[in-house]
Amino acid sequence: MAIISNAVTIADAGAFSASLGAMTLIKTITLSSAAGTVDFVNGASSVVFDDTYPIYKFVFNNMHPATENSTNFTFQADVGTGTSYAQNITSTFIQIRHEEGDGATQLVYSTAGDQAGGTAFQQMFRSLEGDSDSSICGELYVFNPSSTTFVKHFIGQGFGQNAAPAAFTAKIAGYFNTTTALTRMRFKMSTGNIDAGTIKLYGIKDS
Amino acid sequence: MTVISNGTNLINNGTLDSGIPTGAMTLIKTLTASSSATLDFLNGTSNVVFDGTYKEYVFKFYNIHPATNGADFTFQADTGTNTNYNIAMTTTYIRAAHGEDDSGDSLTYDTGRDQAEGTGFLQVISGIGNDADGNGNGTLHIFSPSSSTFVKHFIIRSCTSYEDSIARDMFIAGYFNTTTALTRVRFKMSSGNIDSGIIKMYGIK
Repeated sequence: MAIISNAVTIADAGAFSASLGAMTLIKTITLSSAAGTVDFVNGASSVVFDDTYPIYKFVFNNMHPATENSTNFTFQADVGTGTSYAQNITSTFIQIRHEEGDGATQLVYSTAGDQAGGTAFQQMFRSLEGDSDSSICGELYVFNPSSTTFVKHFIGQGFGQNAAPAAFTAKIAGYFNTTTALTRMRFKMSTGNIDAGTIKLYGIKDS
Repeated sequence: MTVISNGTNLINNGTLDSGIPTGAMTLIKTLTASSSATLDFLNGTSNVVFDGTYKEYVFKFYNIHPATNGADFTFQADTGTNTNYNIAMTTTYIRAAHGEDDSGDSLTYDTGRDQAEGTGFLQVISGIGNDADGNGNGTLHIFSPSSSTFVKHFIIRSCTSYEDSIARDMFIAGYFNTTTALTRVRFKMSSGNIDSGIIKMYGIK
């Protein structure tokens, strides 16, 4: 049944004709207890990560590590039903840092955070401070992950407290060097669990 | 017809009630390149809105694939009904790079790609490789393009597989040095056509 108001079709064929916004919240995962990994798998638990949207955006809010000072917040992807999370990545990593005691400032390219055809988890943030009030936040865009033609680019930034403590921003970009559709994303700490935090997945609408 | 649920108006007089959340980001227009020399967004044409309706406009471009290997994806703007696309701009350009062979890791301010009151097309994505799987992606924000008081600022973040084997992360910003309202934006390659790719234009409420 169509809903028509003043000769304007508002809803028809099971969908709204009226604009409901271009950015759709797909999934929120909030850790109720420490976890080794956080996964977003297309087709599972209401997650959509396919050609429904051309651009996907992950937002991280107050990610807190179980292990202090020596852990990095990272991500990887996989294809099909694979669970190896070892896609080939070439990436860049810029770090900006300023210690609370005004001791050091930094704007550098960091070879410790990039990859050259590597299959490791990609760093989003390095050496998280683990005090009870410390956390990191950030965002990650993945462009057209379901393409079977192009490599899959990503752009992201993580910001928050790293060890010292210091204000720290990581700006990363790169690509999964595969023409196979990505179907899943995994987030984890390089050491220890994710103690707490929320990750949201949004789809940026195609039409 | 009015749709009322539990005493609350949902739909009336052809529109959703103002109390119904419709999101703050509205898709205005999608353009898809197919061996295209230019892609234009003109206020008032083909359902494009680029005026005072929104304070911020966002262009998202993805899978931009050039016909010419190493071509730059570029943009310019114009005012009124002009089609010169040569508004003076002053800009900055920072980029990080890292090769698949682990060479060339760097963070650089690139004076070869910025402009100082230049009127040329500005590089948005530099040096996109045109291997079959090569492409460029990113986002352009333009703030208050219709202002008749202020210059028009923009911010760009983009990435590509530079010449097919180097990850590049680009941070670009600047301003159109005019107090005349911008009415149109053009995208094109520095050389050759845009072989394929999609540009989406959004308004931020």
